[in-house]
Amino acid sequence: MSTASRPSSKEAKPAPRSDPASQKKIRVLTLKLGLDGHDRGVKVVSRALRDAGVEVIYAGLRQTPEMAVEAAIQEDVDGIGISILSGAHMTLIPRVLELLKERAAGDIVVFAGGIIPDDEAAELKTLGVAEIFGPGTSLATIVDFVNGRLRK
Amino acid sequence: MSLAASLLQGDVRALAKAISLAEDRDPEATQIVTELQPQTGRAHLVGITGPPGSGKSSLVDLLLQVIRQRGKTVGVVAVDPSSPFTGGAVLGDRIRMQRHTLDKGVFIRSMGARGHLGGLAAATREVIHLLDAYGRDVIIVETVGVGQSELEIGTVCDTTILVLVPESGDAVQSIKAGIMEIADIFVVNKADLGGAEKTRRLIQDAMALGAAPAWPPPILLTAAVKDQGGVELWQAIERHWEYLSQSGGLQDRRLQRLKQEVLALVSEQARDDALRAMEGDTPVARRLRQNPNGKLNPYALAAELMGRAS
Amino acid sequence: MALRSKPSREESESRPGRAGHAPKAASTISGVPVGALYTPEDLGAFRYDEKLGDPGEFPYTRGIYPSMYRGQLWTMRQFAGYGTAEETNRRYKFLLSQGQTGLSVAFDMPTLMGYDSDAPASEGEVGRCGVAIDSLQDMEDLFAGIRLDQITTSMTINSPAAILWAMYIAVAEKQGVKPAQLGGTLQNDILKEYIAQKEYIFPPEPSMRLVVDTIVFASRHMPRWHPVSISGYHIREAGSTAVQELAFTLADGMAYVDAAIKAGLDVDEFAPRLSFFFNAHIDFFEEIAKYRAARRLWAHIMRDRYHAKNPRSWMCRFHTQTAGCSLTGQQVENNISRTAFEALSAVLGGTNSLHTNSMDEVLALPTEKAAQVALRTQQIIAHETGVTNTIDPLAGSYFVESLTDEIERGALDYFKRIDEQGGVLACIENGFFQREIADAAFRYERELEAQERIVVGVNAYQEGARAEVPTLKIGFETERAQAKKVRALRERRDGTSVRNRLTALQAAARGQDNLMPVLIDCVKAYVTEGEIMATLKEVFGVYREPTIL
Repeated sequence: MSTASRPSSKEAKPAPRSDPASQKKIRVLTLKLGLDGHDRGVKVVSRALRDAGVEVIYAGLRQTPEMAVEAAIQEDVDGIGISILSGAHMTLIPRVLELLKERAAGDIVVFAGGIIPDDEAAELKTLGVAEIFGPGTSLATIVDFVNGRLRK
Repeated sequence: MSLAASLLQGDVRALAKAISLAEDRDPEATQIVTELQPQTGRAHLVGITGPPGSGKSSLVDLLLQVIRQRGKTVGVVAVDPSSPFTGGAVLGDRIRMQRHTLDKGVFIRSMGARGHLGGLAAATREVIHLLDAYGRDVIIVETVGVGQSELEIGTVCDTTILVLVPESGDAVQSIKAGIMEIADIFVVNKADLGGAEKTRRLIQDAMALGAAPAWPPPILLTAAVKDQGGVELWQAIERHWEYLSQSGGLQDRRLQRLKQEVLALVSEQARDDALRAMEGDTPVARRLRQNPNGKLNPYALAAELMGRAS
Repeated sequence: MALRSKPSREESESRPGRAGHAPKAASTISGVPVGALYTPEDLGAFRYDEKLGDPGEFPYTRGIYPSMYRGQLWTMRQFAGYGTAEETNRRYKFLLSQGQTGLSVAFDMPTLMGYDSDAPASEGEVGRCGVAIDSLQDMEDLFAGIRLDQITTSMTINSPAAILWAMYIAVAEKQGVKPAQLGGTLQNDILKEYIAQKEYIFPPEPSMRLVVDTIVFASRHMPRWHPVSISGYHIREAGSTAVQELAFTLADGMAYVDAAIKAGLDVDEFAPRLSFFFNAHIDFFEEIAKYRAARRLWAHIMRDRYHAKNPRSWMCRFHTQTAGCSLTGQQVENNISRTAFEALSAVLGGTNSLHTNSMDEVLALPTEKAAQVALRTQQIIAHETGVTNTIDPLAGSYFVESLTDEIERGALDYFKRIDEQGGVLACIENGFFQREIADAAFRYERELEAQERIVVGVNAYQEGARAEVPTLKIGFETERAQAKKVRALRERRDGTSVRNRLTALQAAARGQDNLMPVLIDCVKAYVTEGEIMATLKEVFGVYREPTIL
């Protein structure tokens, strides 16, 4: 699978926005799993989602899979966006998927970004991760994904 | 099993889903809350308000520590502003309470104000009822803290706490009219930074101007990020609860709260109806469209819409 | 910002320029406006002695040494580390054999965050983005067969820096090398962790105490060692502009100087050993201007604000690393070019030490081949391009001098704003730095979306075969082996000795004494990093970040 890249023409479609006045909002939990502290990406994505009408619950750095899943359930989110650059994704992300299943919350959409090699991304997708966004993915792509896949 | 029944059994997902229905203003939420009403009325409702940057979330985090040590369960509702342009929000209060994430005795829900003016979300009252029915001993509502928002919290909670920080001089002078009256407890947070005593005295002076109240609001100093002052604050909150219980104040507040809730529901409904009437496929909307210069009498129009409101 | 530069003749005559480009409002990647043409007018009343001076002379704009690369090339210091100490030891020997002149250690996340390889928090993380070091035993293996008196070593570690330094000193001792003979650098810049990299553990106050302890220890016992590498690299990687990178880094520098002076040192006792670490991003001339402005600013700060008397205290010596965040995962071979341009800007900017990124680093840790190409890039610049034949070749350029002045002005403006808010620690607390950086990062991302900025292969020129780039894989065997190793260590060592050392450490941490001696004692008894950190966490507490999005 190829990582998503930016549209090269200037007529990129604007992402569909949820009606600001409507009361139904897409809710997404964003966080970093593991010890890595580089939060530039997760913060930029969180802002972009907010600008697209999403309610983003930013859970921050150094979250464990247990913390991520508990927060996701309490906040009744539609999706969890995980940023991970340390290489620990093959340990930590499957644990999140496992825990979601155990808590009967497998309907929550899990997506991830960061440094994840293609073959491991493919494996994560077979385990249940909906999408992996590699370096250079445009914000529009991520916003489209959230608005499309997580729509209530 | 119905959502309400699961909720009563302690199913946290059911609680979370019921809250979402309330947030989405789904009519099912009304049914659920109605069904659960007999189970409500037990919890102590504590509101925390104050300007941005005063450290409200850190203070809640500290209180959670203290409350849990005393074996009580807590529900936290943290409201943050939503963008008026995009409708989205970044809700960043939870992150400051994250040491409690895995504690089953703490439930934290982040809410966007979703266009509601007043510091709370439209759904906050329903969410409080749900947490109450779920069995939480204490429910803490943390508000946005901008504009006139501090005032609404007083209509929703038993105990209202106003959090300030020591600033160069005019912290107290800048407090808007009405705030001093609704606060049951004052907290000067970030007291480790200096200037806290001065702020405390300013508050005392401001209070001395009015008539002596039956419950003189205590003024406490805390340094939430250093875990200082939490015990004293909780003790003040408990003393206030006792005072309310013994003085009949609790009943008064609950009656007021019911009226406010009815008012809020009526306003919301009336507003929704009026919007639909003015923007939908209705004679009123057509008349509006035929008068793009806005040359219609707003009073007549309002009276007409209220007459129409079912 | 008054730009006196003229529009190009085509622009001013409203004639269409030649095919393709007529950037209307051009700016650097950081948003600094760039005019079409610079002329002598732009320099105005430029005074050479005041603005530049000769290399090796105040204010050192042209370089801190009189002969710069004509006398000695910059140190080619490639950051490396992964897996176990043995594996990294092999990579070091390879790099040294290929002509690298200094070592630079990359540690894995558990080591950076103070956890042993068998701790629950370390699961999945061991050896993945650096070498796993749990104890002195691993440090011994890391430098096996490498004489520490014959190389210099830079260690990229922050919160636990003092501990790893203690291990290095202990390894040297076993080789018969005294501390005073050791040359190298400890990154040990905790302030930028709060601001950008987020590898903090303790709160600011005790963290500063640890840094000051290392500065004092170095000034007394290790005259060849740089105890702090005050870093802008990470601030830039987090998304800041060039001006922010420069300003926040130098402000951090001033905070360390203040702290060391407060601890009783005379400024000249330690300032000559302070060093800096900057990013080399892709906007070629902006970076060159930034380095020159850095030297000029620091010289004035040290002489005029801190009244340092020793000229070596006035010198901003720095290491540079090419920008990781400028590399792409698409068409990775292009990264070789990017790194080359960035490295060239660092050299033209007078860096004292340089790391060039490998082309595959967006995807994983570098393969041996990619790491070799990165090193060769520096060697080509040094030996083939001729840019080292003369010192500070761009001096006097109407453009480069204007840009240097502009960047300097931007930094001075930030110094004022930081002072107004009460200094660096106050700004960390109120989130000023984090907000500026997050805003700049978001702005840049929006520019990419709108194609106001082009990144080749990413939002333009996306056609290109997706080559299969071999990447380095770290398996789980490393984690298993390392966990086993540290557990075995704990079994064999003298438990009483360990307990005594930790008790002594706890007492020292609660007190005021310099912690270096007691840390050296601890590591010699094979107390593990995790054990030391746990004890220190008990005493110092842990930091909770005021979250700024």
